[in-house]
Amino acid sequence: MAPRPTLLVASTAAVAVALIPLAYLAVRTAEAGWDRIAAELWTERVGLLALRSIGLAAVVTMACVLLGVGTAFLVTRTDLPGRRVFAVLAALPLAVPTYIAAFAWVSALPRLEGFWPAALVLTLCSYPYVLLPVAAALRGADPAQEEVSRSLGRSGWQTFTAVTLRQIRPATAAGALLVALYVLSDFGAVSILRADTFTRAIFVAFDLGFDRTGALVLSSVLVALTVLLLAGETATRRRGARYARLGGARRPVSRLSLGPARWPVMAVLIGLAGLALGVPAVSLGRRLAAGVSRPGALPEVLAAAGNSLTVSLAGAALTMLLALPLGLLTARAPGPLTSLLDRLAYLAHALPGVVIGLSLIFFGINVAFPLYQTRWLLALAYATLFLPLAVGAVAGAAAQSPAGLEEVARSLGRGPWTVLRTVTLPLTLPGIGAGAALVFLTGMKELPATLLLRPTGMDTLATELWTSTAVGAYAAAAPYAALLVAISALPTWWLVARSGLLDKEERA
Amino acid sequence: MPATRRIASALLAASLLTVGLAACGSGEEDTTNGSGQSTDKQITVYSGRNEQLIKPLLDKFTEQTGIAVNARFANTAQLAAQLVEEGDKSPADVFLAQDAGALGTVAKQGMFSTLPEATTAKVPATYRAGNGQWVGVSARARVLAYNPDLVSADQLPASVFDLTGPAWKGKVGVAPTNASFQAFVTAIRVQHDDAKAEEFLRGLKANDPQIRDGNGKILEDVLNGATPVGLINHYYLGEVAKEQGTTPDALKAKLHFFPGGDTGALVNVAGVGVLKRAADNPDVQKFVDFLLGTEAQTYFAEQTYEYPVIEGVPGPAFVPALADLAVPQIDLNDLDTLDATVAMIKNSGLVP
Repeated sequence: MAPRPTLLVASTAAVAVALIPLAYLAVRTAEAGWDRIAAELWTERVGLLALRSIGLAAVVTMACVLLGVGTAFLVTRTDLPGRRVFAVLAALPLAVPTYIAAFAWVSALPRLEGFWPAALVLTLCSYPYVLLPVAAALRGADPAQEEVSRSLGRSGWQTFTAVTLRQIRPATAAGALLVALYVLSDFGAVSILRADTFTRAIFVAFDLGFDRTGALVLSSVLVALTVLLLAGETATRRRGARYARLGGARRPVSRLSLGPARWPVMAVLIGLAGLALGVPAVSLGRRLAAGVSRPGALPEVLAAAGNSLTVSLAGAALTMLLALPLGLLTARAPGPLTSLLDRLAYLAHALPGVVIGLSLIFFGINVAFPLYQTRWLLALAYATLFLPLAVGAVAGAAAQSPAGLEEVARSLGRGPWTVLRTVTLPLTLPGIGAGAALVFLTGMKELPATLLLRPTGMDTLATELWTSTAVGAYAAAAPYAALLVAISALPTWWLVARSGLLDKEERA
Repeated sequence: MPATRRIASALLAASLLTVGLAACGSGEEDTTNGSGQSTDKQITVYSGRNEQLIKPLLDKFTEQTGIAVNARFANTAQLAAQLVEEGDKSPADVFLAQDAGALGTVAKQGMFSTLPEATTAKVPATYRAGNGQWVGVSARARVLAYNPDLVSADQLPASVFDLTGPAWKGKVGVAPTNASFQAFVTAIRVQHDDAKAEEFLRGLKANDPQIRDGNGKILEDVLNGATPVGLINHYYLGEVAKEQGTTPDALKAKLHFFPGGDTGALVNVAGVGVLKRAADNPDVQKFVDFLLGTEAQTYFAEQTYEYPVIEGVPGPAFVPALADLAVPQIDLNDLDTLDATVAMIKNSGLVP
């Protein structure tokens, strides 16, 4: 086991970074004075916005859980033909930013707008957040429990609901929480599809006469909603539920035979991929063919791609550095304090990028001026935004690797740092990789904070895309969009590979 | 997981980290301009105007003067928020904004220096700040875009206020979150009064308008027949024509300029302000003068389809000359009461 006080201090530092936006919100809203805050808050409009945001988060989360768990089950536990291909197809929507997906849908169906279309697009883009951890959990779960259940006379369906679902419950809950927080913070889909949520209202408030105070007061409500969401998730969480195998050879799970049902199942999965990937692809293609605006010269496109890569990689590196101690602490030393730190790390995750951007401008100007308008501040913004993605991945991997190994190493006389280096880190490395890939991928897609914090003169694929579509130069935008999705597809593919979904069949 | 895979994962993770860190360490952005030549003179411009539209002009400036332009592009509202957040420590020398309201907001924070009389005098008093803190560099007219297949020219409204009538129910596209729309509502308050503006917004909302995020979306709807008419700025027609590789006249949408000094025909400006830190910087002064020179003004007319603001440069071909427009009698300096307008738009229910 790693030295706990050191982990605790390092975790606290990580949480402090995640709390920068909250400090900023507190300072700025306090400046506004209570009268102004009350005038902004106690309106029917705020109530409606809150209800609509919660509603959208609830609908999308439920849909993502259904789609994510269903797809994960199909590709890991059935004899579905071509399931490895389907696993990759099902995860790939993660590479499509919601602003590209929403734009594609509006281009295809111009009258599409409002709550349900936004729910549709957000679901299609976000269900891999549930699919990936659940598929990994299904692959990693001990089949013995299911076999015992079957041998005790339970039917396949009863075993599924009583044993399997319970085994994947932590993974499902973690994925669902990420989806819900993402929906609260999403700007792309709700803005393009005109679903009036808090985040859209916050962006509109900034645009409406630079109403900073109004926007920040609304953001505080979003933080309050996040606290409620986190409290809800914590309350339903069961502690100590761990389903890792402890030693022994890996045994294959028994696969459910789909029989003739495999054809409709395949049709549904192909349809899903068509909606999530096909619609954006066709729509971008048509825009490219219809326009005459020329994309930037190749060096410009490559420079933007290079910038996207480097800031996203730096963001992922910094985020992992901060997430590692917190993830280990969460997995190895559960308790009220750890729980609090872990929950605090999630708080900024639901804030819209523009608020994160402004808070780090504030931080850069007033606290860390040498960092201002450097890539480092942008990397720090990504760490603030995406810390939970990384902590979850590290904690998950650490929880799956038995703590007993560390205890054995300690009992053999190794020091805590040696154990960390030789036992814990190698065991959690896959989790670190997965977390880094997820943060990298999300950083590639990020737009509002990148616009505010990037060094002057530096363009990324996302900002170039924004620049072109803002003046209707869709043909010029298309190569940036395609490159953005293509690069994002690599870590996505790697995430699928890492979850074991691409492994060769084991034989019983 | 087999050992080889774990090692592969470790190597990949390690290399990701290294590449990321190395890239970060590469340090300072170099100060080359668009054509790649190194210069030691450099100014920093915060541009709320789109990179696609303005970058060629900035490159031209660098070519002529040897002064590199370090440009930061984002939307006007966000940059205004950023400037205010940065305060005295802002690295910006110049703020190039899409509308007078944003310039007014930054000016009210006391962040702009006063421009020299010789510079501002090039532009008619209507299109600059009374206190010399900002100056317009191009003008844009509010218009009603219409699709002649759905609305014939003789059915077009004489006043923007007619759009709240039953004949236009569900047929009007608007972008209430857009700064141009807000400036127009402020103009109603200035030309008439608050009651008139409130009545208009209420009427508009009750008339079930097609609400869009920006003027571009509105025009797209008018072009494809989804919405018969929409309130936009005149130059969007030029932008769409350019993207489709055709001329504005060949497009399905036409522009209707409200007659008789109606508020719907407001002419607003895009403009610049110079931050206090650059008050005595001759390079910055050169930049502002360049924007008000014949070449840049011609660029605005021909490339961004806006109206030039200095004497002797012809306007875009597909619209009537600025002098021939029946512009409402409104001083742009009076459009700085944005807060009240924003509150009104919020209360109208046109925005979330």
